[in-house]
Amino acid sequence: MNHLVTVAGKEFRDGLRNRWVLAITLVFGLLAIGLAYFGAAASGEVGFTGVATTIVSLSSLAVFLIPLIALLLAYDSIVGEEEQGTLLLLLTYPIGRVEILAGKFLGHAAILGVSTLVGFGVAGLVIAAFGGHDDLGQLLAALALFILSATLLGWAFIGFAYLISVSVAEKSRAAGIALVVWFVFVLVFDLLLLGVLVGTGGEVSQGLFHVLLLLNPTDIFRIVNLTFFEAARTQAGLASIGADAAFHPALLLGALALWVAVPLGAALWIFRRREA
Amino acid sequence: MTQPVIEMAAVSKRFGALTALDGVSLTLHEGEVLGLMGHNGAGKSTSMKLILGLIRPTEGELRVFGHDPSGAEANALRQRLGYLPENVQFYEQLSGVEVLRYFARLKRRDPRGVDALLERVGLTHAMHRRVKTYSKGMRQRLGLAQALLGEPRLMLLDEPTVGLDPMATRDFYTMVDELRGKGVSVILCSHVLPGVERHIDRAAILGQGRMLAAGSIDELREAADLPLLVRVRTRQSEAALSQQLQAFGVTVTPGAADRFTLAVPARAKVAVLRTLMAEAAIEDLDLEPPTLESLYAHFDATLHAGAPAARDAVRGALPTRREEANA
Repeated sequence: MNHLVTVAGKEFRDGLRNRWVLAITLVFGLLAIGLAYFGAAASGEVGFTGVATTIVSLSSLAVFLIPLIALLLAYDSIVGEEEQGTLLLLLTYPIGRVEILAGKFLGHAAILGVSTLVGFGVAGLVIAAFGGHDDLGQLLAALALFILSATLLGWAFIGFAYLISVSVAEKSRAAGIALVVWFVFVLVFDLLLLGVLVGTGGEVSQGLFHVLLLLNPTDIFRIVNLTFFEAARTQAGLASIGADAAFHPALLLGALALWVAVPLGAALWIFRRREA
Repeated sequence: MTQPVIEMAAVSKRFGALTALDGVSLTLHEGEVLGLMGHNGAGKSTSMKLILGLIRPTEGELRVFGHDPSGAEANALRQRLGYLPENVQFYEQLSGVEVLRYFARLKRRDPRGVDALLERVGLTHAMHRRVKTYSKGMRQRLGLAQALLGEPRLMLLDEPTVGLDPMATRDFYTMVDELRGKGVSVILCSHVLPGVERHIDRAAILGQGRMLAAGSIDELREAADLPLLVRVRTRQSEAALSQQLQAFGVTVTPGAADRFTLAVPARAKVAVLRTLMAEAAIEDLDLEPPTLESLYAHFDATLHAGAPAARDAVRGALPTRREEANA
């Protein structure tokens, strides 16, 4: 237990020192404020727009950005130390492999979690203060759900990054695979589903389609934030199909949490089994 | 007799088709310093990794402090172990003291205690600088400090003196002697040999995954039966010298200005010296027993000559004769 904290603490301090935390926080904060303020520019005006529009446009941008940041942050966590030679040393210490990997994951999860919370949180406060929304409660609830789901989405992709990192022997390879993973989950998967939908002339059973959407954490993230805004459904493309389903937000968050646990669990399993 | 620190019995390690270690047996006792020698790829690093419990033997029995190093007690064993990897690397963005504190915590030691260690390896002046700015020698010292964390009872040092200047090398060997005095067992893994003889109790020479020879330096000299070099200065002619010493099997090689180098079989040493002193009008004389380097070259050559005789003669069966090497 102590070792988990030691490893996680070092990883988090590294994140502070090499400015990852600062950079992610700034990106998220500026993105949120910018979208809230200029979101309506297309209709010829600037100024803070409605909560629904803001969150929906924010989630459709975040869905590209968060997985990319998470993968970039963590793809070299194990393979990087292996190439550097410090992993070999670490493994000769009285610390288990599970502790090493889980500790590092906790550190990275904290980096992303804190950045997401502070970045979007501060942006939300700015929007609340200057936006002049009547419905402050709805804004805060929407924002809380958004931050929670965004954090889980980020952790899921940190999990993927770890799975990649324990499976390859070179850093450059890990980077390449991370890019492919990002591309598949963020773009290709939806295109394929769309293709299935069009190709079958919409004959696919709706139930099956909903389940298929759950197979992609980015789609779950989209649905979570959409179901909250029935009104905004028309703006959200493919994922709005999922919003029709009777997916309760808690169930969706649970599915996202599963997407954190599965890749991480697989990474732990591989890391434990392999020889140094 | 206390339990050996390391017991390796007919251990083999294969990676796919590659045999990295082939039936190697090795024993290390408390307070013993073993020099593990061998060319690149001879199996030194594989042996270290096995002892560290990073990999498991394919065949054979391996015990460290009486336990399987990759078994359930691994963490307890590692508490008592210090390891310096070859070409040690650290977290470049951390300072020396931060690196050491991190590893101290992982070894469940008080991180405040690392200052004394940094002092001991002579890094106090640079402890707050980032490792990125360290020279090779400074990294090596930091690596040593790291290996010394938690007062280990067994230290595995892979090429410990690479990158160290002569003074630092001397300090390092002084430290090894101190550790031995405290009963710490040390394995020095190296292919850089000069100067190491006086600080090790035994040497083990690996080649292509097999143990070519093991024993104290004296035992190795005996087994290798390499000639002793005697350098003399005398007015006598080469022919006269050769004739005098012929009976002992001595080869005479003339050098510059009345100097000769005699290759004397170890057995005939005293007889040859006696003859020289009595008859050869010696003006000056120098004795040079075979160095570890030449022993290493000798045993390594048996590999290529395909002559395992020397190996079988020495391998495995030798008792430890620490007192002798210390004397």
